[in-house]
Amino acid sequence: MAFVAIADRDHEHAHDEPHSWIRKYVWSQDHKVIAIQYGTVAILIGLVALVMSVLMRLQLGFPNTFSFIAPQDYYQFITMHGMIMVIYLLTALFLGGFGNYLIPLMCGSRDMVFPYMNMLSFWFYLLSVLVLVAGFFVPGGPTGAGWTLYPPQAIAAGTPGVSWGIITMLASLAIFIVAFTMGGLNYVTTVLQARCRGMTLMRMPLSVWGIFTASILGLLAFPALFVSAIMLLLDAVAGTSFFMPAMSSMGETTQYSGGSPLLFQHLFWFFGHPEVYIVALPAFGIVSDLISTHARRNIFGYRMMVWAILAIGCLSFVVWAHHMYISGMNPYFGFFFATTTLIIAVPTAIKVYNWVLTIWRGDVHLTVPMLFAIGFIFTFVNGGLTGLFLGNVTVDVPLSGTYFVVAHFHMVMGVSPILVVFGAIYHWYPKITGRMLDETLGKWHFWLTFLGTYSIYLPMHYLGFLGVPRRYYAYDSSIEFIPESVQFANEWITISAIIVALVQLIFLFNLIWSYRHGKEAGPNPWRATSLEWQTPETPPKHGNWGKQLPVVYRWAYDYNVPGAPDDFIPQNVPPGPQTPAGSHDHGPQP
Amino acid sequence: MAETALKVEQSASALEGLRSVAADWSQDKQAFPVPWGKAMMWIFLLSDTFVFTCFLTSYMNVRISTTEPWPNPSEVFALTVGGAHIPLLLIAIMTMILITSSGTMAMAVNFGYRRDRKRTALLLFATALLGLSFVGMQAFEWTKLIVEEGVRPWGNPMGAAQFGSSFFMITGFHGLHVSCGVIYLLVVAYRVLSGFYDRKGTYETVEVAGLYWHFVDLVWVFIFAFFYLW
Repeated sequence: MAFVAIADRDHEHAHDEPHSWIRKYVWSQDHKVIAIQYGTVAILIGLVALVMSVLMRLQLGFPNTFSFIAPQDYYQFITMHGMIMVIYLLTALFLGGFGNYLIPLMCGSRDMVFPYMNMLSFWFYLLSVLVLVAGFFVPGGPTGAGWTLYPPQAIAAGTPGVSWGIITMLASLAIFIVAFTMGGLNYVTTVLQARCRGMTLMRMPLSVWGIFTASILGLLAFPALFVSAIMLLLDAVAGTSFFMPAMSSMGETTQYSGGSPLLFQHLFWFFGHPEVYIVALPAFGIVSDLISTHARRNIFGYRMMVWAILAIGCLSFVVWAHHMYISGMNPYFGFFFATTTLIIAVPTAIKVYNWVLTIWRGDVHLTVPMLFAIGFIFTFVNGGLTGLFLGNVTVDVPLSGTYFVVAHFHMVMGVSPILVVFGAIYHWYPKITGRMLDETLGKWHFWLTFLGTYSIYLPMHYLGFLGVPRRYYAYDSSIEFIPESVQFANEWITISAIIVALVQLIFLFNLIWSYRHGKEAGPNPWRATSLEWQTPETPPKHGNWGKQLPVVYRWAYDYNVPGAPDDFIPQNVPPGPQTPAGSHDHGPQP
Repeated sequence: MAETALKVEQSASALEGLRSVAADWSQDKQAFPVPWGKAMMWIFLLSDTFVFTCFLTSYMNVRISTTEPWPNPSEVFALTVGGAHIPLLLIAIMTMILITSSGTMAMAVNFGYRRDRKRTALLLFATALLGLSFVGMQAFEWTKLIVEEGVRPWGNPMGAAQFGSSFFMITGFHGLHVSCGVIYLLVVAYRVLSGFYDRKGTYETVEVAGLYWHFVDLVWVFIFAFFYLW
């Protein structure tokens, strides 16, 4: 047969299984291998960011103790910690990792629609991470502009890493966006066009809905970051003045004139706010599935959950300027953005109520994934409530420059999604490797992480109300309004942060140890309904489904259906006398 | 009373109607009755639209924010032909060429669906050639601006520095799109000639390439309007 490009091949014959080791595990086009590659790189680079957060905390908790943390180092740590955690860890892990693994398996497809492009997506991602890491080794080190990279100071003399670091940072971001675009196009097209028979959109598990919507947000929001990165790069390298006003720096007049620093903020946050939901929506989706499975109950208000995800996705594009209240804006704009911001609370609250109502009177199994899911609900409600404070202009203005904001966004988009990531890894690890993660270690990991993060971030709210400014390297005695007790709080937070960071070693150990020594999982250890647990082999082989693609007859939440012998009915079980069709399901019978 | 009841009934049936539309749309294996490649191209173009929108919005923003006067485009982009000073001459020709290339592209798609291998390939080559001449003229325009007018990304003798920076960035990014499109079209044309799509049984890839090409043309119309005519 003549050569046929992968994209052009017929669906069922699309996959000649690769045999050489390199084509199987390195240049792999299999979505499952790519997912693991994405996940591994994301977790490794995330560990770098974790170490940097500990270094920052050491400086804040015990100032004048660690001579190797100079002020410029501190700013470089802040910048790289934020950027890595938000983009290279969470975005990559949720979409590149879980998206890649779950979409084809949950939709009943053999792979992504364009596997070759999917592979390229990973290698571009790896390249972007390498360029990012190269920033640590260039003269002057990585950029210390803060993760928002605001000009003019991002490229003005005096900022750490202004000669090389900012260039590697921006280049890395541009490459990441190319990588994400290739991956995101695949995720969206696969969900829309390559589901198996009977898998209607309204039967998809909420994980897929969350990842799908987040991918669309990414495809529409990353362009703004791409454009701002290119323009900032030109300002830094080619001497253009897109963002740079006429100004003098270090006593000298710069060559810049006439640019608009506010333009960068608008572009950045037009990306930056949807980015919050790029991370949050997959977490919402996944946590819905975890809760439903481990509470043995159908998700409450499935249809509403789907529409809430879509509504949040749409609204996230019209709230960006709430990050810019203190940059100064027309009060009517502030009013508009405060209103849209607070409206987002409605679909979000619907989701929280539905999670709680799913657990209500459920047959709750307090497994490790369930613990993390419940921990997520608590943390997310906490972070969400402080979001209501900050969404209002008048409350935001005094709080914006303080630790209150640090506490808020770490609770809502740092800790909450990470709890879901952990829960999801405990949940799907048996499918990925065929073995269970150790439960005792998992429970230690959960409780120490969960309580530890509260120990870190609750005091920060208090610091914020005291007006303690964020992004300060040290608070010397000349800042009179800061009481001495702040120092004690900072020590407390630092010690908690070190403990939480060390606890993650338990998790890493568990990941590695269980791969060989974990309990055999079997195909469906959680007795779950969704398709990925119904594969003929565990872990699933190349092509996922053997000879026959699955056919779906019901939604993903048939738990404890009256009249059924088991407390769950998988999606691919046809309706029969023992397995009644769920009353919630309006889909067709293929 | 009866009116309110009627209204309630109507809004209920409207809701029911919306529901059934959503249900119908979500029923199939595929949400859109098109091949994967075409669906993906549409989604990519949507994303790319956002890229160009951000570029153009940023350009408008800096044009307003800059304190220096903005150079007059019809002066800057004028050619002197046989002693006559004609504003926007080159750019008018370039625009015509690109729009013509959309025409040849559409014809190529048509002949592709008729399985007319030769004519399809010929028209694809013509489209690529027109695209290439567009990029060539753009190179000429850039050279003239840089060498004769002294326009640089960081400044120019006529006024605001942002004029040069926006111009080179936006037309450069668009020119990159056209260049990629030319390569794309040449690959597709080669495959048409080699009978690849006959063996595959469908010429839809020609149409997918066409989508991209028309998009690049459409973007040019906006750049033309916002940069040269404003």
